[in-house]
Amino acid sequence: MTVTYDLKMRVWRGDQSGGELGDYTVEVSEGEVVLDAIHRLQATQVGDLAVRWNCKAGKCGSCSAEVNGRPRLMCMTRLSDFGSDATITVTPMRTFPVIRDLVTDVSFNYEKAKEVPAFAPPPRDPDGKRRMMQTDVERGQEFRKCIECFLCQDVCHVLRDHEDNKTNYAGPRFFLRYAELDMHPLDTHDRRELAQEMAGIGMCNITKCCTEVCPEGIHITDNAIIPMKERVADRKYDPLVWLGNKIGIRNRDYDGRTESHRVE
Amino acid sequence: MPELPGTRHPMTGNEMSPDAVGGMEHHDFDVLVIGAGGSGLRAAIAAQEAGARVAVVCKSLLGKAHTVMAEGGIAASLGNLWPEDNWQVHFRDTMRGGKMLNHWRMAQLHAQEVPERVLELEDWGALFDRTSEGLISQRDFGGHRYARLAHVGDRTGLEMIRTLQQRAVALGIEVFMECTVTELLLDRTGETPRISGAFGYWRETGRFMQLEAPSVILATGGIGRAFKVTTNSWEYTGDGHALALRAGASLVNMEFVQFHPTGMVWPPSVKGLLVTESVRGDGGVLRNSEGKRFMFDYITDYFKDETADSEDEADRWYDDKINNRRPPELLPRDEVARAINSEVKAGRGSEHGGVFLDIATRRTPEFIMRRLPSMYHQFKELADVDITKQSMEIGPTCHYVMGGIEVDPDTEMSKVAGLYSVGECSGGMHGSNRLGGNSLGDLLVFGKRAGDAAAAHADAMATDRPKVDPADVSSAKQVALAPFEPTGEHTENPYTIQADLQQVMNDLVGIIRTADELERSLVEIEKLKQRAQHLLVTGNRQYNPGWHLALDLRNMLLVSESVAKAALTRQESRGGHTRDDFPLPDDVWAQKNLIVGLDATGNGIELTEKPLPEMPDELKKLVE
Ligand code: SF4
Ligand code: SF4
Ligand code: FES
Repeated sequence: MTVTYDLKMRVWRGDQSGGELGDYTVEVSEGEVVLDAIHRLQATQVGDLAVRWNCKAGKCGSCSAEVNGRPRLMCMTRLSDFGSDATITVTPMRTFPVIRDLVTDVSFNYEKAKEVPAFAPPPRDPDGKRRMMQTDVERGQEFRKCIECFLCQDVCHVLRDHEDNKTNYAGPRFFLRYAELDMHPLDTHDRRELAQEMAGIGMCNITKCCTEVCPEGIHITDNAIIPMKERVADRKYDPLVWLGNKIGIRNRDYDGRTESHRVE
Repeated sequence: MPELPGTRHPMTGNEMSPDAVGGMEHHDFDVLVIGAGGSGLRAAIAAQEAGARVAVVCKSLLGKAHTVMAEGGIAASLGNLWPEDNWQVHFRDTMRGGKMLNHWRMAQLHAQEVPERVLELEDWGALFDRTSEGLISQRDFGGHRYARLAHVGDRTGLEMIRTLQQRAVALGIEVFMECTVTELLLDRTGETPRISGAFGYWRETGRFMQLEAPSVILATGGIGRAFKVTTNSWEYTGDGHALALRAGASLVNMEFVQFHPTGMVWPPSVKGLLVTESVRGDGGVLRNSEGKRFMFDYITDYFKDETADSEDEADRWYDDKINNRRPPELLPRDEVARAINSEVKAGRGSEHGGVFLDIATRRTPEFIMRRLPSMYHQFKELADVDITKQSMEIGPTCHYVMGGIEVDPDTEMSKVAGLYSVGECSGGMHGSNRLGGNSLGDLLVFGKRAGDAAAAHADAMATDRPKVDPADVSSAKQVALAPFEPTGEHTENPYTIQADLQQVMNDLVGIIRTADELERSLVEIEKLKQRAQHLLVTGNRQYNPGWHLALDLRNMLLVSESVAKAALTRQESRGGHTRDDFPLPDDVWAQKNLIVGLDATGNGIELTEKPLPEMPDELKKLVE
């Protein structure tokens, strides 16, 4: 039989003009996750409690919030991690402006997504298909597991602690995207200049906090940011690239790729 | 890209139009797409590429639609692993899987066009798993003769939605996120009504919006939220189905609801959560509490010739499909769901009322981790089960509605001029049962077709654009605000009504149905409709889920009634509709579709019978 108990919760309620933690007691059962408790609160006590969710399976990245101060997916955070007499505090992601209760304005991320130049492949093979080897797509596939929960964005101190960095810093989720395209076996763009100037990858000081919170377990720093930083550095300091830029010849690694520049 | 000349909302940062007459925003487009899952995005891309000014509105953030939950893959006869595969075989599999009730033309177009739609995703950056030659790899799935599903591990839907999302962004398509459409608007001044736009609200602020467009594409997905045990999220409240009905369009095949055979059953928190069919496609088998591989006892005559009758043959099939027949675990979903149901009823179920899905004893941990990483993760995190070592406990869960808006197969236009429908909310393609892997392809093929047709329609209307009737807008506003006004002393909580409806649908309109229970369900639904007149919500219009649910409930009740009435009327068992009192398929019903329309009161539905469209002889030969 299912064991039920009364859980004490503190949930942040309010909007941009202010708010506070509300105290609630809600009945929960064994095996449930934080999102279940929030849903029960909503259905029985506070019908207008604002929260985002979709899949309830850690696959859509909608239910991001801070549980006891830690950025988590509410649908993948089990109550049993806390013990039945602990109080669980749920607050909205701190890096983004709050809309209401647990819902934040994440439009920053959608704006940054627009700044990444799209994938640009060469024509298909004569039989109308494309050929890529599994080993060559695997790096990109790791990055494409991203569910856009924006927890890495939430935790990255460059964004979290410095509001004005938002203009010139795209954040780990988008470094991932630059790296994915850069490592795509068929892409024909060279986005290194953009990653540096527009996305601000140079401002990341490799604290790895993003990797720690990623619910998909993507090695954001080791597999995407560090290699991307190295590639950017190569471009900047490689005398061949410098010369190539001057006289219009291509550099070997990026042969066949056209450099993308910032468009104002 | 077409920048909105507007300002940003002070509170939410959302872009707003400059004019907000009477607290209402106005926008004007050529093609309006409602829903941003795979079909909506594919339609928007096609329409934008055809030169139309396009907007997409969606209830959630971009990229969160239910398409991300699709795990298995996209069925397309690319022939990368089995050169024998072609559209004709895919067509045959689809028709037989749907027990011949599919609209033949849709099944044909789908099978013919889906390979190109998949390759196109690759042009836009999708990274599918590869064969050793570097081509797109293809996996086995229930009901498909050959390994046919293009996939990325077990997260194909995520790959598809991200690819389409990134393509839509690159094309500069306008997206209104977290907006709900509550009513379609019609121009009734001509001989026949024409679509003129839609009315909706921003979820963040509660502010109303009027979206004018001569072409509207419904891509709202399914109705699964009407059931208690479901794989569907809060969004799947049958919005498109209900909007279409209220605008004068019709629905087809509503009695056919797919219960996916494998949903999680334990712990209660995750009951209903999808366990991908790929587990079986990759070698997983079903066992009862006695450890028996019971599917061999449930091979119906219809599939006898193509299904293995011994474990040896079934196991050989994974490597040699030419000389062996398919394992019975890979029968179409309706067959497998019924079998599980029977085993549990016979007392051979698992502790929590399911059966066992075992891949641990059949494949190496490395294989499982590589092919099914999200399943591993899901069971580990949510149920403390290591699927490389233990069996999964699973049972049927409401997954998909075959029924939907009746459309022209070539253009996806409904009975109403300018109103299109694609994806799960449209009907016909899958007949009485959808094969796994045919959903993602459906989204792409018909999304593209609808987008093209809708853009052409808008173009044809350029000099005579349908107009919005202000009276419709003010009544839409009234309806939307009603849940804030108490009506008399008696009031109802939307969450309670939803929970009661889910219980009724689960208990009385579920996987096995009888006349008696269906009649009771209709009585119950009627009572719920009455109670829903007295909804009252707390709070204000700013991001208020209680209010949102109150408005969605109206749609859920209408589609629930459609399903129950159609299920009561069809006196046979076929595909996703099983009647205990009529356990066999019937030759007369095999020739008929049930069409749902709004009744004269506007609050209920009525049914008519319609003969199936006649299939051309050369296609008939393919399915025999
Ligand atoms: S590693 Fe870089 S991107 Fe990640 S959290 Fe630290 S500073 Fe931010
Ligand atoms: S990289 Fe990980 S943490 Fe960041 S948005 Fe994607 S899934 Fe979330
Ligand atoms: S609800 Fe989808 S990740 Fe939590």
